[in-house]
Amino acid sequence: MIPGAFDYHAPGTLSEAVTLLRQHAGDAKLLAGGQSLIPAMRFRLAMPPVLIDLNQIEGLEYVREDNGHLAIGAMTRESALEESGLVQSRFHLLADAARVIADPVVRNRATVGGNIAHADPANDHPAVMLAYGAEVIALGPNGTRAIAIDNFFVDLFENALAEDEILTEIRIPTPGANSGGAYVKMERKVGDYAISGVAVQLTMNGDTCTSARIGLTNVSPTPMRAKQAEQLLVGQVVTDERLEAVGAAAAAECDPSPDLRGSAEYKRDVTRVLTKRAIRQAVERATS
Amino acid sequence: MNYHDPHKPKHLADRFENKHAVPNGASAVVATTETVRVTTPADIGGMGHRMKRKEDPRFIQGKGRYVDDIKLPGMLYMDIVRSPYAHAKILNIDASAALALDGVVAVITGKDLAAHNLHWMPTLMSDTQMVLPIDKVVYYSQEVACVIATSRYIAADAVEQVMVDYEPLDVVVDPYQALKDETLVRDDKELKTNRIWHWEAGDKEATDKVFAAAAHVVKEHIYLPRIHVASIETCGMVANFTPATGKMQLYMTTQAPHAIRTVFALVSGLPEHRIQVISPDIGGGFGGKVPVYPGYVVCAVASLLLGKPVKWIEDRSENLTADSFARDYHLEAELAADANGKITGLRVNGLADHGCADAAANPSKFPAGLFSICTGSYDMQAAHINFDAVYTNKPPGGVAYRCSFRVTEAVHMIERLTDIMAHELGEDPAAFRMKNFIPADHFPYKSPTGWEYDSGNYHAALQKALDMIGYDALRQEQAEKRARGELMGIGISSFTEVVGAGPAKDYDILGIKMFDSAEIRIHPTGKAIARFGTKSQGQGHETTYAQIIAEELGLPMADVDVEEGDTDTAPYGLGTYASRSTPTAGAAAVMASRKIKAKARKIAAHLLEVSEDDLEWNINKWQVKGSPEQAKTIQEIAFAAYTNHPPDVEAGLEATDYYNPPNLTFPFGSYICVVDIDKGTGEVHVRRFVAIDDCGNIINPLVVEGQVHGGLTMGLAPALYEEIVYDENGQCLTGTFADYLLPTAVESPKWETGHTITPSPHHPIGAKGVGESPTVGAPPAIANAVVDALWHLGVRHIDIPITPQKVWQALRDAGVTD
Repeated sequence: MIPGAFDYHAPGTLSEAVTLLRQHAGDAKLLAGGQSLIPAMRFRLAMPPVLIDLNQIEGLEYVREDNGHLAIGAMTRESALEESGLVQSRFHLLADAARVIADPVVRNRATVGGNIAHADPANDHPAVMLAYGAEVIALGPNGTRAIAIDNFFVDLFENALAEDEILTEIRIPTPGANSGGAYVKMERKVGDYAISGVAVQLTMNGDTCTSARIGLTNVSPTPMRAKQAEQLLVGQVVTDERLEAVGAAAAAECDPSPDLRGSAEYKRDVTRVLTKRAIRQAVERATS
Repeated sequence: MNYHDPHKPKHLADRFENKHAVPNGASAVVATTETVRVTTPADIGGMGHRMKRKEDPRFIQGKGRYVDDIKLPGMLYMDIVRSPYAHAKILNIDASAALALDGVVAVITGKDLAAHNLHWMPTLMSDTQMVLPIDKVVYYSQEVACVIATSRYIAADAVEQVMVDYEPLDVVVDPYQALKDETLVRDDKELKTNRIWHWEAGDKEATDKVFAAAAHVVKEHIYLPRIHVASIETCGMVANFTPATGKMQLYMTTQAPHAIRTVFALVSGLPEHRIQVISPDIGGGFGGKVPVYPGYVVCAVASLLLGKPVKWIEDRSENLTADSFARDYHLEAELAADANGKITGLRVNGLADHGCADAAANPSKFPAGLFSICTGSYDMQAAHINFDAVYTNKPPGGVAYRCSFRVTEAVHMIERLTDIMAHELGEDPAAFRMKNFIPADHFPYKSPTGWEYDSGNYHAALQKALDMIGYDALRQEQAEKRARGELMGIGISSFTEVVGAGPAKDYDILGIKMFDSAEIRIHPTGKAIARFGTKSQGQGHETTYAQIIAEELGLPMADVDVEEGDTDTAPYGLGTYASRSTPTAGAAAVMASRKIKAKARKIAAHLLEVSEDDLEWNINKWQVKGSPEQAKTIQEIAFAAYTNHPPDVEAGLEATDYYNPPNLTFPFGSYICVVDIDKGTGEVHVRRFVAIDDCGNIINPLVVEGQVHGGLTMGLAPALYEEIVYDENGQCLTGTFADYLLPTAVESPKWETGHTITPSPHHPIGAKGVGESPTVGAPPAIANAVVDALWHLGVRHIDIPITPQKVWQALRDAGVTD
């Protein structure tokens, strides 16, 4: 568990960090909470020649409501999200996820930005942000830009950031009236990656679902939305039969790999079950 | 806190009904109680007091001293090149690039060791194991070469620069495949076969007769998967050879320092008095720190050759992929019963997968350990066990992971079969057990496989567990839930353990008899140091041994320091594993204390100017019969032992005892588990778990509860989570804690514990071992609960670990989903 040699930089400002990133383009990795990167380095699965530590930069840890969205600073620790009254009261899907990300010790260090930027379909935030239709704010040498979450995840461990861009903020649209969300995750034990996880954010009009986005965790090579399931849900009365069809669609469109957590068939079926449960929970929250 | 009136004179030997050791075969009536006996006041803190552990203040403050805390001047660091193949020829090892790195001192290969005849070593079962290979590797992650460098980081970098050319060979992972001898794991052996040994116990003919006459027979294939002890501290060593004195110090993570010293002396040729094995604080052993691993040997050799201290500390993945495993038993088991549902016989065909060497830590006459205890808590006419062991391309083993030599496998099998039989007969599993238990008045009980159970009261323990959990109400709840389509199960395990080896006539490790020892020295001011041949790895010896001595001599337990693990100072012993410390070294502490007490009596008689016969013992003093105000306390006597001892008595107050137990002890218990099953995902939720243990007389209830809590969690682990998994190429897929799933506080239910007390009739204070009972007893309670929840769907058995996918598959096969 001994990492290879690397150079270490700890810039005090974002612009210094961007400059360093440009100087070491291709060679540098950003260190946020380190809960994925450090283990990978210790196993020598990752051997970046340069580490740029973002932990000395102030002003990147916040959770606040801004102009119709929730703004989360990239270096916000998962535990801060978990403890946020704002998140607990208005962003139920996010609050559900914050409680089941890894384990409490990891959550004290891990950051929201790192979780998303790592572009790991096994992480929980990608599915959650896909369900919310969030936006990612990136800072580069030419200033900031917003990237829609639907365009952010390019491939396994690959995101839409340029080599010299840093993810600085995540923006989640504030849910409107009659909206609800839920995250249901099944894991073998606390701290394990999900066998499957389902994030749902929807809006109801009486018994009818008027809009819905569904994100899936760890059942595809890249973080994914269950778009066919969404289509079967939107505009429909949420009955048991309808839920069964929606769950079956999610199971069909996901693409899990077999591993020690279970066979692909098992993971698909768990996705079906969890999709139904997440929607039920979201509907209950939207209508109560 | 209750204790007996100290003013009431009471001879210590009268305190227990079983005051005299009962030789094998003699009958002894042992009453079962629930009240922990306390005879000393709290400031003495003898047996029965809930004392906080003496070792905890230093651990809680992070002030423990483990092997990795040892830093010596000029110390070098070792790292290990490991095989990426499970079976491959070694064509060439090129260390030149590694040696060229600044700070690399040496690269040691099998050929280097061969020059000293140290490339092979004996295992604890008298098999052989490569230290470093020359011709071929036989398991994934096998040690291939060792790098010695001036820093840990340079050593790790250099490992990547050692170039090894391999030619992959066919791999045999499945032990049934190994039986065909198509791929030979050990072609170094004279006999060209993968078979290691064949072993039988019990009476085949009588058993076959019982089965032929049986009204009911149930049969099941039960697999106990390969698991790992996964102690928090991995293995490691600091070897410190000083050429000027010829002394070799070995700081080592070992549960058996004395035996290790002897083995090192015999294998290396170093004189034994120049080898000092020091086992400092140990962060969990559980059997995994009994064997010698190649890393230890090379580390010691490196120090010997270089004349400098060398440190080797395994990382977690090395620990999980290369160190000895536990279990890995395939059991084809049958249970017979008569028309009244009375169990009559047990028949077992077993296959043990030992990996590339039989490196089990069993007593040498017991190749399958104490597995033949497998008739368990049930009275039956006959049993027969037929076992084979084979080599496969996996790491060697197996160790007795918190289990007294294969008792976990035995208990899991008999408790599963008992439940299957009860369900087949349509009988309640609790009532079925009550009907078949060995009755309390049948002890000592001779089992069909030859064991003599010392004492037991199985009905009392199960009844207490049933009452505590509210069994009848739970069965009613289950029926109601089942009617609604919900899945709830109740599982029982009524296990019998066998711990505390010796007796020396039958039990040895590599020929060294399995006694254990205590040496007590009382200083002039009445403080004491006690040293033992055992070695605590978290069991709380510093507390419990002190309490035993406090009980016997009336010295406050705070005044008794306990030391273990340094072979230069501690008396020789076989170490701590298999729940043997209290039955052996704990007994030695009693016997040594009684020797001291006998001498103290002579000194007291001298001081009081009376005859020894006129004295009686009272808690912490010798007093004159009928005149208790005339007395000498143990502290006064200790001072006199150095300042005013009788002319015909030697000075000093100390004693040593090497205790050879007359029999093993047989702890037991009844556990009940309640589970709820998610029929959509297959998840098993352990809702309640009641554990009633009987370990005889209790020395410290708090320590016993701690042992039980830890053991239950270690029983939950293999039941639901842990398994070492290999792919068809012999690659280990569970080399990190992301894949090898240790349960945490989140997964653990609230353990509800209780006890009955049925003293051992032959142990001098009526105690039995306890550390392993919960690990042995818990898995079948959980497995039985899961199957109980699914029996009506046609499910008879699920092998542990009972993963969500296995349950989901069973539900799917039964057409159940959410």
